[in-house]
Amino acid sequence: MLIKTEGGYDMDTAYIPPRKRNRLAFLKRDWQLYLMLVLPVAMTIIFKYAAYPGLRLAFMDFKPALGFESSKWVGMEIFQKIIKDRDFLRAIKNSLVFNFLDLAIGLPVPIILAILLNELRFKKFKRVSQTILYLPHFLSWVIVASIAYSLFKPDSGLVNVVMKSAGWIEKGIPFLTEKWHWAATYLLVGVWQGMGWGSILYLAAITGISAELYEAATVDGANRLRRIWHVTLPGIRPTIVTLLIINLGRILGSNFERLDSFANVNVKDFQYQLAIYIYDKGLASGNFSRATAVGLFQSLVGFLLVITADRVAKRLGSDGLI
Amino acid sequence: MGKKVGSLKAPHLSDFVIAFVILLLCLTCLVPFFHLLAKSLSSNTAVLSKTVFLWPKGANLNAYITIFRDGQLTHSMVYSLYATALFTAIGMVVTVLAAYPLSVKRLKGRGVISLLIMIPLYFAAGLIPEYLLIQSLGLYNSMWVLVLPLAFSPYNMLIMKSFFSSTIPPSLEEAAYLDGANHFQILGRIILPLSKPILATISLFYAVGRWNAYADAKYYISKKALQPIQYLLYNMILNATASEAVSLSESTATQSTPEVFQAAAVMFATLPILCIYPFVQKYFVQGVMIGAVKG
Repeated sequence: MLIKTEGGYDMDTAYIPPRKRNRLAFLKRDWQLYLMLVLPVAMTIIFKYAAYPGLRLAFMDFKPALGFESSKWVGMEIFQKIIKDRDFLRAIKNSLVFNFLDLAIGLPVPIILAILLNELRFKKFKRVSQTILYLPHFLSWVIVASIAYSLFKPDSGLVNVVMKSAGWIEKGIPFLTEKWHWAATYLLVGVWQGMGWGSILYLAAITGISAELYEAATVDGANRLRRIWHVTLPGIRPTIVTLLIINLGRILGSNFERLDSFANVNVKDFQYQLAIYIYDKGLASGNFSRATAVGLFQSLVGFLLVITADRVAKRLGSDGLI
Repeated sequence: MGKKVGSLKAPHLSDFVIAFVILLLCLTCLVPFFHLLAKSLSSNTAVLSKTVFLWPKGANLNAYITIFRDGQLTHSMVYSLYATALFTAIGMVVTVLAAYPLSVKRLKGRGVISLLIMIPLYFAAGLIPEYLLIQSLGLYNSMWVLVLPLAFSPYNMLIMKSFFSSTIPPSLEEAAYLDGANHFQILGRIILPLSKPILATISLFYAVGRWNAYADAKYYISKKALQPIQYLLYNMILNATASEAVSLSESTATQSTPEVFQAAAVMFATLPILCIYPFVQKYFVQGVMIGAVKG
């Protein structure tokens, strides 16, 4: 490859000593590639890196009226205050608990769905149902929450109306307006929204399993359940482990839109998670320093978790995530 | 011979059980829409008496006529479509311009530039620093705040890069180079025509992402005319629901924002997704699978 390139440039670079010529040859050949990269790199710097200096707010007593220049540096004082802030502790606890539950329910469901879809023998039905099952992933949280309210309102929600008219319940169940019911509904709607999309990865992994393994199992007299247990599940184990690790890396993250769309005053106890805390303290109440500090904490923990997760995944023989 | 033992047999009872479970799951995805559609086409009295299930009662188009007369939602729809188209176009250009060079293995400094682009994905500055940045860039209360800051997604770039480096043989590009094509020509005449599935997938990801998001509008846009449709919907429906929960009486709230109207608004805002979804559906499975190789 390189020899041919050099040949092409011999004429105009003949006077440059060989070592230097080699060093510049790549520029001569690839300058257009670097030119292409200017725009993406510029956008990354302008819209991402330029925000990092703002992190110094976490170590200042920032007053918007004074600006950056006149606000006082306070060292770690903001962090010391946060550790004692009961709202913060509640937000951390809620984030951890809900992310853990999301993972505990949200991980197995797409796996089961992928196995069911793979076992489905009616090809046309399979294709149509996949199209339908992926759809919720493409709906915004505003739409999902609006749908949830129209289904689950205590008085007029479809589910409650049907259950009442069937005589199963006398009073509407407050699916979204009582915190324990809300927690269950919130988690289940999340699973519903993500299950079809999540199953694609597992289906892809299942397609990669050698057909001979299934034949061998069938010849050995294994029934369907045994084939799933002894061939399919071991075949997708690397995928499961990788996704588990990725999700563990996100255990402190939270989706603002999902939480915000499902917000109402009756469920604040559980709905108050880190993303809500940061918005609430920062943009809504103007306590910029505190919100920045919590954001920084969240980013740092998330970063460390992702790095660790990547190391673990690589050690377990998967490709790694980064 | 023994190759298709399983699939040649007549359907077993378990096949029907599996099909039934899948059918139920599909219904959970479809029924809510039919219910909303039915509600949006029904009369106010039928909805208030809670007798509308999956078929409209007292069918009429009043709610949709109100949407068009009122104009707020239609304006917001046009505006959001415009912002989404712009966002997707810019996002695609920038993503291609990053993914192609970074997929060329011999490029010097490839690792460093990749790292530079990926770091913000794993270490975000957070809400407040970003808010201050938006203000100092003069993007606060501007349509461009919906278009520019998120237009380049490193994650989408990674997916596209994996596609380029896994499906396009380097020898093809090498041959074009030796024939005297420059990199822009190689990209435009060889790489892109071979990459239609991934281009469709990533465009869909960008468009859907922009269409569905409202958090940035909530943070950075206070002018009503500049708010995208999802945020308008949020204010119309979810904020109404929240205040309703305080008063705990549904009848008072439904007078101010009738359920029929809300159902129609939801259907109206979901329409663009439902329209493009079937056409791009066949592409994106491939895109997700490539993303999984290295995400």
